[in-house]
Amino acid sequence: MLQDTVWSISVALIAGMAAVFLWVAAGAGRRADAEAVQRRAYRLRTGWFWLLVVVIAVATATTLTALPYPAPAPQAASRVIVHATGAQWSWTIEGPDIVVGRPVEFQVTSTDVNHGFGIYNPSMEMVAQTQAMPGYVNRLQHTFTSPGTYHILCLEYCGLVHHQMISDLIVKPN
Amino acid sequence: MPTSSAAVAGAARDVSPGVNPCVVAYIAVSGVVLLLMMLLGLALRLAQAEWLAMPPDLFYEMMTAHGVGMVGIAGLAGAGIMWHFLSQHVRLNRGILITNLVVFLAGVVMILAAVFLGGFGGAWTFLYPLPATSGGVWEPEAAALYLGGLLVVGVGFLLFYLDAGRAIIAEYGGLGAALGWPVLIGSRRARLPEPAVVASTMVVIVNMLGLVSGAAVLAVSLINLAAPSFAADPLLAKNMTYFFGHVFINATIYMTVIAVYEILPGHAGREWRASKPFLWAWTASTILVLTAFPHHLLMDFVMPRWALVVGQIASYAAGLPVLVVTAYGALTLVYRSGIRWDAASSLLFLSMFGWAAGIVPAIIDATIRVNLVMHNTMWVPGHFHFYLLLGMAAMVFGFMYHLGHDRQARTDMLDRLAVWLFAAGGLGFALVFLYSGKEGVPRRWAVHLPEWVGYDRLASLFGCGVTAAVLVFVLRFLVRVPRLIAMR
Repeated sequence: MLQDTVWSISVALIAGMAAVFLWVAAGAGRRADAEAVQRRAYRLRTGWFWLLVVVIAVATATTLTALPYPAPAPQAASRVIVHATGAQWSWTIEGPDIVVGRPVEFQVTSTDVNHGFGIYNPSMEMVAQTQAMPGYVNRLQHTFTSPGTYHILCLEYCGLVHHQMISDLIVKPN
Repeated sequence: MPTSSAAVAGAARDVSPGVNPCVVAYIAVSGVVLLLMMLLGLALRLAQAEWLAMPPDLFYEMMTAHGVGMVGIAGLAGAGIMWHFLSQHVRLNRGILITNLVVFLAGVVMILAAVFLGGFGGAWTFLYPLPATSGGVWEPEAAALYLGGLLVVGVGFLLFYLDAGRAIIAEYGGLGAALGWPVLIGSRRARLPEPAVVASTMVVIVNMLGLVSGAAVLAVSLINLAAPSFAADPLLAKNMTYFFGHVFINATIYMTVIAVYEILPGHAGREWRASKPFLWAWTASTILVLTAFPHHLLMDFVMPRWALVVGQIASYAAGLPVLVVTAYGALTLVYRSGIRWDAASSLLFLSMFGWAAGIVPAIIDATIRVNLVMHNTMWVPGHFHFYLLLGMAAMVFGFMYHLGHDRQARTDMLDRLAVWLFAAGGLGFALVFLYSGKEGVPRRWAVHLPEWVGYDRLASLFGCGVTAAVLVFVLRFLVRVPRLIAMR
């Protein structure tokens, strides 16, 4: 899962930074000539800057190629259209059966305040989400790869019963 | 960047210089409120952990108070630190400083009354149209009192930044000059601005824009409460709210980091002067803080796609000035410097780690593809608790220890223990948030599913440690307050 990869990268980078700070702190009691330290640090900083620029450029180019945003116009013929409407504090989900392997377009909106339409698989791992906003329809396109009872959780704070705004979504085998 | 081995003037002093009593009041209020807000936050985690019985309505009221209280007090602490150091370079108006504090406290009273008497639980972000659409839970009057309180607080801060901007322009001839632009274009007669001036100028620019946006959306929400037929565009209101919120909370770090620039060199016996990379970094930060805010709207698919792409790229780039200039500069400053470690220098050095490392989960969450499965999970409070608790708050506590502290005195065991407890507890607290987010736990849920409660219990234990450490920091400072006033 993407979440596991993201967690591993974060922990590795945070641990790496912690090691550098601890190393500098541990050696700070010894004195070295400040100008010599500065000259060397400035040389290293240039390399550090360009390394980060390259990392950011590669990460940007890689991740922006797979945006989750929908195509400009819905392709009703090839997609199952499901209407999802949030209202304090329940979801109304209307549409034909959802089947594994067939692309689905959730057309998500709200009748009152902002809600968040979060789709969780039967193991309670999040697979996709979009916001539900009054006056707007967000189109979330997703293709389910395994059948089961999925769960819709509200992911935008919407008032005092926010945590009970949960619905089920059945995905049938192909 | 740190330059030369010559000890700066401050290093020769055994005791930090006198401080304006109003700044002491800012920091004392900030310390006490930070502690109270941490207790509120700890209570929220204990409730999610099922170790503290709390009805959902009270949970969401306390969550609202915790959020708005933390953001507001971070702003107040930052303003106190900024005023303390900026006033050494420009002529600031003391009356405005006092006015901001008085107005802030008046606004806080309104907000507390709205939340705990009126039952307002619309979260600190007051996302339109939630204040007027509570589902019958709170009355419009309570929402109006909350929004009005925020507006009052915002007006106080706007006065503060207007005065700072006026004083900077009077001394340096313009905000561009105070950001060092003449130096960057190679003007021979250019005056090199001090780090505190550069940072303050950046904050003046971004926060005035942010506060105006916040005030506008507050006004719209208030009108909507009074006349429900007056409806605003929810997407526009959301953009304005997050622009304000993003800019304001980021600016708190850019204010408190002035304490690092000004205090840490004295401990290291080295100097930290503005340089061209430093000036480029702060100009870049000015632009990037203003342009990165769409990363809060990545899951609003109706937003213009270009804006969301800009949000991701600007968020990535916003890490560069911190990682390449400020955090790297602090490491260079301390490296083999023979620094005298005490509570102040330890916390300020820790704050550099907290800010730099906290950028990692922040940037990752700003990746659109990642945001699809992380947005509004516990990952979000995980990343901002990381750099606000271990970064911004550590800067504030470092500044508190700096004020009136005898530098020749040894740091006693209790302070040392508190610093280590704060570092370990804060790191554990933030990491559990992040792990919970990775597991898909939604943020802002009063009641958690049974499989999530274990994370909440672990976070509560770390939270207890952090709160105990902060209790030591704040009590130590409050004990020194009479001495600080007498020094004046």
